[in-house]
Amino acid sequence: MRQSTKNYYLPAPSFWPAIAATALFLMFGGFAMALNQIGLGKPVMIAGGLVFVYLLRGWFSEVIKESISKVYNTQVDHSFRWGMGWFIFSEVMFFFGFFGALFYARNVSLHWLADAQLLWPGFVATWPSAGPKLVLEGHMAPWGLPAINTLLLLTSGATLTWAHWGLMKNNRNQLTIGLVLTIALGVAFLTLQAHEYAEAAFTIKSGIYGATFYMLTGFHGLHVTMGAIMLTIILLRVRSGHFDAHNHFGFEAVAWYWHFVDVVWLFLFIFVYWL
Amino acid sequence: MSTATAKHHDDHGHDSHGHPTGLMRWVKSTNHKDIGTMYLWFAFTMFLFAGAMAMGIRAELFQPGLQFFQPQVFNQLTTLHGLIMIFGAIMPAFVGFANWQVPLMIGAPDMAFPRLNNMSFWLLIPAALLLVTSIFVPGGAVAGGWTMYPPLAIQGGLSMDMSIFALHILGVSSIVGSINIITTIFNMRAPGMTLMKMPMFVWTWLITAYLLIAAMPVLAGALTMMITDRHFGTHFFNAAGGGDPVLFQHVFWFFGHPEVYIMILPAFGILSTIIPTFARKPLFGYTSMVYATTAIAVLSFVVWAHHMFTTGMPVAGQLFFMYSTMLISVPTGVKVFNWVATMWKGSITFETPMLFAVAVVFLFTIGGLSGLVLAILPVDIQLQDTYYVVAHFHYVLFSGAAMSIMGGVYYWIPKWTGHMYDETLGKWHFWLTTIAFNVTFFPMHFTGLAGMPRRIPDYSQQFAEFNMISSYGAFVLGLSQLLFLYVVIKCIKGGAKASASPWEGAHGLEWTVPSPAPFHTFETPPVVK
Ligand code: HEM
Ligand SMILES: [Cu+2]
Repeated sequence: MRQSTKNYYLPAPSFWPAIAATALFLMFGGFAMALNQIGLGKPVMIAGGLVFVYLLRGWFSEVIKESISKVYNTQVDHSFRWGMGWFIFSEVMFFFGFFGALFYARNVSLHWLADAQLLWPGFVATWPSAGPKLVLEGHMAPWGLPAINTLLLLTSGATLTWAHWGLMKNNRNQLTIGLVLTIALGVAFLTLQAHEYAEAAFTIKSGIYGATFYMLTGFHGLHVTMGAIMLTIILLRVRSGHFDAHNHFGFEAVAWYWHFVDVVWLFLFIFVYWL
Repeated sequence: MSTATAKHHDDHGHDSHGHPTGLMRWVKSTNHKDIGTMYLWFAFTMFLFAGAMAMGIRAELFQPGLQFFQPQVFNQLTTLHGLIMIFGAIMPAFVGFANWQVPLMIGAPDMAFPRLNNMSFWLLIPAALLLVTSIFVPGGAVAGGWTMYPPLAIQGGLSMDMSIFALHILGVSSIVGSINIITTIFNMRAPGMTLMKMPMFVWTWLITAYLLIAAMPVLAGALTMMITDRHFGTHFFNAAGGGDPVLFQHVFWFFGHPEVYIMILPAFGILSTIIPTFARKPLFGYTSMVYATTAIAVLSFVVWAHHMFTTGMPVAGQLFFMYSTMLISVPTGVKVFNWVATMWKGSITFETPMLFAVAVVFLFTIGGLSGLVLAILPVDIQLQDTYYVVAHFHYVLFSGAAMSIMGGVYYWIPKWTGHMYDETLGKWHFWLTTIAFNVTFFPMHFTGLAGMPRRIPDYSQQFAEFNMISSYGAFVLGLSQLLFLYVVIKCIKGGAKASASPWEGAHGLEWTVPSPAPFHTFETPPVVK
């Protein structure tokens, strides 16, 4: 696995890291101000967002250029694999925190609240619940839209793998069709999710149920959105002739990411919608 | 990208000619040594800044009554002191060591992702700006303690949001940095450098990096819930909506306890490097050290609620966390034993790094013991939120982490600068620091046992003597760090030339390259036998 490091690609000095710091400073600083009704906040935040987009575009096209000009050897390729793998692991831990909150509220703290009859007379611990002082209007049932969405995402995982097979067989048509299908399924998923949000009788303000529901599904939806954007970029790269049967880590990284988002959805379906 | 035959391109500028000079050398750096240097200076600056805040705290506590600060300002001082020391000083200092030493110790040409490496550093700047400027916004800096418990933290103003976002940015920096370190260690080792031949410092950083990528995202989640509770009407931490303020504590400490090990494992690595060198014996029980480090890391995820014994938990839970906490001192004990056994019958000399290392072993053990005392449930119910806890965590964090960092700086600074530091001044710095540290923090065991609460600007008369002693100690401790600054600058500017391997008993790849280490090292990997 480890071969001569002589050719390990060491990039030239680069401005991108400092631009990244600037973007995050503007975005978060602006957001903090906007949250506190300071007029300057929004424009600063938007400026930060623009810098951020510029950053992603610039940095990634630089990396893509390097990849095409074949300065990366196998060892660099391995680095990318390690890096992407553990990045996804950190994302898993991010969701783990929210699932933990859901578990704790449902199985521990609501019951304690109900036990404290002196404080909240008459409160019974049920799920879903908006707590002793709020009213919960409606909740999600699993076997409508969510079940369809599960199917959509699972199918998209399959179409993506099919696209990968196409890539490995050098069948560019299969690759393109698979990618287009995957993106379409992802967009369909997001559309249904948006519809579900629009129809919902409760909001993020509806106590602990609303909070955990929107936090978990919202962050998941955000990840699907990012995944779909990344897949689109991969599709564009495929159209301009990037990747071959052996050399396509960019494709694989996005595929890993997509499958990860898929798995998170399964947990969501079980713990947020179903049980 | 299996282009194993990739040609060597000359245009990627990693030759020492053609890299920018002046400010741009640092801003655009893709060099692990330069980035390491930036990390270390950033950490030192933050160390002095947060140290100055500690001087303010001790000035206020010099005598009972309110002398210098209103309680609100006092609370801001303790909160920012904690946040900046942890996230701005200790953690970045260790990353600075990792940057400098890991590639040198495993024979790699650089970190696996040099640009991301630089991004990890530069993200510290916006975070520090947000934290520091939050002092000047209306309402002042965050004042709810570094642990940021709701409901207090929900009520804070603009500065609370700024601090939360600062921590988000620091989280990104830590996660990216850790992925980089993990990848470097697994993928960039020189031929023959098997995992079980890696220097202990590399091992401890590998495990620390895993702790970081597992714990930091959870903190990010907790802070995100805090933001939505503050501004978007969620009820995660509000019982009226079915949430629970204690939920925050659970999520926070699920991050928080691994975090304290994030701040001590690299210190263990530094000790395990320094002690064998000056005892002129190989590290005793290398394999058991590796396993002990791993065990500590795994266990650190199942002890978090020992910070919450008084929040009202079922007895079964309290007992579980009490025993798991006690269990974690077993692998810690293994390490202390191994360091002592390494010194046993060695031909020891006491240069400054070794002085620091020996002192750390001794003082950290005191901190570990007071930790064990706190782990005992009925005792902790008395001691929670008293100065005893403050004594405990300063023994593990100052005389554990910070003094290891100082020892590490003295140990490797010849490699970094090419000069020997001033041994006399180094020894002065050591003795002043060690004595003043104990004068400052040992009495806190007593005031804590007697019931003095932490984070309160005033106290009752009976604590006056001990507090005055603590304050005197603190002022000396603070001033002696300026001496440290002087020694470091003096060493950078000049001093006796350091040879490639200035320490007689030192082993390892970093001592095979010249001092100062050239801009690029190990472009062709060394072969380790
Ligand atoms: C032998 C190992 C250790 C044990 C058994 C232990 C145990 C404990 C316990 C039970 C507490 C809670 C005290 C309370 O709030 O009532 C505590 C607090 C603390 N410990 Fe340790 N500890 C150990 C090692 C460490 C290490 C190595 C560090 C850091 C390098 C550390 C840093 C802290 C900090 C910062 C706090 C206070 C947090 C706060 O409330 O602000 N501990 N420790
Ligand atoms: Cu702890």
